[in-house]
Amino acid sequence: MRRRLALLMLALCALFAAPVLAEDSLPPAPYAYRQLDDPSQEAKAKALMDTLRCLVCQGQSISDSDAQMAGDMRNVVRMRIAAGEDPEAIRQWLIERYGDYVSYEPRVTGLTWPLFAAPLVMLALAFLLLRKRFTGKDAA
Amino acid sequence: MSDTAAKAPRWAIWLPLALFAGFFVLVMFGLLRPASHDVQSAMIGKPLPPFNLAPASADRPGLARTDFAGKPRLMNVFASWCVPCAAETPVLAELAKRGVEIDGIAIRDRPQDLALFLARNGNPYARIGADNVREVQLAIGSSGVPESFVIDGKGTIRYQHIGEIRPDQIDMILGKLAEAAK
Amino acid sequence: MIAELGLAALWLAAALAVLQLVAGALALTPRGAGMAGVVRPVAMVQGVLALIAFAALILLFCQTDLSVKLVAMNSHSAKPFIYKLAGTWGNHEGSMLLWVTVMGLAGGFVALVERRLPEPTMLATLAGQAFVSIGFYVFLLFASNPFERLPQPVVEGQGLNPLLQDIGLAFHPPTLYLGYVGLSIAFSFAIGALVTREVGPAFARAMRPWVMGAWIFLTVGITAGSYWAYYELGWGGWWFWDPVENASLMPWLAATALLHSASVLAARNALRAWTVMLGVVAFSMSMVGTFLVRSGILTSVHAFAVDPKRGSFILALLAINIGGALILFALRAATVTEGERFTVTSRESALVFNNVMLSGALGIVLMGTLYPLLAEAFGAKVSVGPPYFNPMTALFALPMLVVMAIGPLLNWRRDRFARVRARLIVPALLAGAVLLWLGLSSGIGLLPLLGLGLAAGLVPASLMPLRGRNLRRTPLPVWGMVVAHLGVAVALFGMACDSAYTVERLVAVRIGDKTEVGPLTVTLKSIEPVAGPNWTALEGEMLAAYLGGEPVALRPQARSFWAPPQQTSESALLTRWNGQLYAVLGEQAQDGRWQLRLWWKPFVTMIWLGGLMIALGGVIALIGRVVSDLRRLIARDKIAYRRERQGR
Repeated sequence: MRRRLALLMLALCALFAAPVLAEDSLPPAPYAYRQLDDPSQEAKAKALMDTLRCLVCQGQSISDSDAQMAGDMRNVVRMRIAAGEDPEAIRQWLIERYGDYVSYEPRVTGLTWPLFAAPLVMLALAFLLLRKRFTGKDAA
Repeated sequence: MSDTAAKAPRWAIWLPLALFAGFFVLVMFGLLRPASHDVQSAMIGKPLPPFNLAPASADRPGLARTDFAGKPRLMNVFASWCVPCAAETPVLAELAKRGVEIDGIAIRDRPQDLALFLARNGNPYARIGADNVREVQLAIGSSGVPESFVIDGKGTIRYQHIGEIRPDQIDMILGKLAEAAK
Repeated sequence: MIAELGLAALWLAAALAVLQLVAGALALTPRGAGMAGVVRPVAMVQGVLALIAFAALILLFCQTDLSVKLVAMNSHSAKPFIYKLAGTWGNHEGSMLLWVTVMGLAGGFVALVERRLPEPTMLATLAGQAFVSIGFYVFLLFASNPFERLPQPVVEGQGLNPLLQDIGLAFHPPTLYLGYVGLSIAFSFAIGALVTREVGPAFARAMRPWVMGAWIFLTVGITAGSYWAYYELGWGGWWFWDPVENASLMPWLAATALLHSASVLAARNALRAWTVMLGVVAFSMSMVGTFLVRSGILTSVHAFAVDPKRGSFILALLAINIGGALILFALRAATVTEGERFTVTSRESALVFNNVMLSGALGIVLMGTLYPLLAEAFGAKVSVGPPYFNPMTALFALPMLVVMAIGPLLNWRRDRFARVRARLIVPALLAGAVLLWLGLSSGIGLLPLLGLGLAAGLVPASLMPLRGRNLRRTPLPVWGMVVAHLGVAVALFGMACDSAYTVERLVAVRIGDKTEVGPLTVTLKSIEPVAGPNWTALEGEMLAAYLGGEPVALRPQARSFWAPPQQTSESALLTRWNGQLYAVLGEQAQDGRWQLRLWWKPFVTMIWLGGLMIALGGVIALIGRVVSDLRRLIARDKIAYRRERQGR
């Protein structure tokens, strides 16, 4: 498959637009481009949407995407937040449907723990390598 | 300058190379694996969530969770604005001819567009629900059109097919349906 | 004709690179010493030939020569001239040609001016540069020939992605590439130093300006890329932790660490093996980044030459270059001692801390970028995004920034904290006051809170190295450091402000409706169709009044390009000293109202201002170093001349 050749360019969904992803003509979902009236609820929704992956243009979060699917996902998130659901419960609801892939926030699991152990390992490594580099005495 | 004799330990000197070797093996795997951007639903083996969609076309009833009882059915997620969906219709017609009951979920479709689509490509569906904000599509973990789900008699999702069903896949789909009937 | 000329130049350049490698390697043996004189001229001519090939490709794009496959696939006769030019590097083949051109020019430039290193090390360095170049020449000539002709010229080209048809992005790739590929010099210097075992202050002093030059371009390139993504993508985000962004950040982190460790090596003859290692790592990260971007093995918003065959080719180059360099390192590093020791409270120590933290951040970015691939090897799909990268890199960045406030005040070798304490009181009090005030008053997130507090302390702290100095006698490199560190504080302030205080308004309005966003009142005045050279658009005219003042017009557009067909939204920006209004025109709803997306982003411009200040600091330091080197050279010549006269 020869896609258009392009370097260091952001090409959003439109470029991936194989016919499969052709966009429809219905208006966007009610809460795709509309904020919740309660600012604290909207802030919660926004924080969650920033960390959910758009399933159509897979390199973007749903809060950064013009894809209809992202709009529909924002709609679901905002409706559920408005209904009083906890953001993490909504994340969980989506993970149950799409797997961990849909969330940009990796969970600590048997597979992902090295991601979270990495800082400690690196610091330990630095300590091991550096401990002989210092002379014991500071200037008096 | 007695201090200058300090050297890095032997293991540390080889560590970068070892890390690079690990990187190399990892990306080799990445290059060899078939490229796929499909997102599998995590709902396979789980029951359909409750839903009740209004009819999308004048001559077919809508679709509800409660319709999935008795024998296994094929649930086709499609849209009139999707080109592969049109290409898929003869295959769906063939499946319907062989006795498969097919239900449609029309994603974000205007009634007039859908009517035109069905008139042009035929209508293999027993029921068609209108999913205008992708409510059901998101609830079953589907991420595009067309996708087809094999649903068994208890309403459990047994199989997800991403993309259009090609003619040579008819037997495979029939097999999945037969498996779901057991 | 031009295409054939370009191809011929490319072949010649490749042949000269082979000669450069062979002659350089032979010259290092006792018998081949006669070859030594050839290497430098060959390196220069090779650079010129590569430049000729690149110029030929630019010419083909400017003429829209549709008999050349690359032009036909990436250009269009109706495109504005500037984007025809930018089309040269806006594709795989052209950018690889730019890659070898930069490598050739950098090598040629080093051959021309660098006289500080012992000659054998210089020869080994140039041979190393040629070695790496050859791989990329082979790649170009056999797998990505930019000059390939079509059997039949086509009537019209396929055009360039409209998102790239933007002045900001037109010059983003070349800038980034000068940085990316310029780091090859550091790599070759490291190889040269390892081959001849000449790792010492002279090596660090010789390498530093070259790394600095590449790093400046890299800094500007990343800053520009971030600003481009910000205004072009239409949602106000400026960093997404996308694999391709990470690919440019990783060499930057390594190069930044290298600059700091090189100053330890230059001044104190310590951290020898580590500095060499960083020289190898920095350019390796450039190559790894290129591989990740071109092979398409990671999911990214960027569309690229996704071609597994190319991926395999670049991976093979990676294995040869990086693997080879690391083996050489492992074999030679055993004989390279780490050099002088130092106490915990010393300038060296602060710089080591900086290096550990930068390397840690690099490790986090690399790991987070690759982890989805690793998970896939185990049959699972995971995503690693901002919720991982933000706190994890902050874990390394924030302590590093605290030390950045202290380090420049410390003496080399050994010092006492008590000596510098007085100069840190003001920054510490300021940081503490801001933390306390914001922590108690507003409910902003932990990371933005820490960022703001730290930025408040860093601004005065980064100026402290100037205190007590005669400003007119302060060496330029010190000024450079101060400006760069101040830039870090400014950028940090912008990032924290943007993430803590951005106001978002998504509204559907009719003509004449008013919307409040932050301190601004925005009125939609009209929507008119407009046409550009290769697009049509709907243009909204908005009037934005800052705190009830005189309204200013903004004109966001929703553009439709036709070659290739694509929609883009052109945001409109209104910049005030304390922030930016970001306006996007969306679609018209069925009831006739227009969707608007408006953001008030306080101090967001500080992010890129900070980025440019960091680069400017580099420029100042570089000028300082070059000037002092020149002075030394002139002084040496004078002495030599005087001796000669006296001798007569």
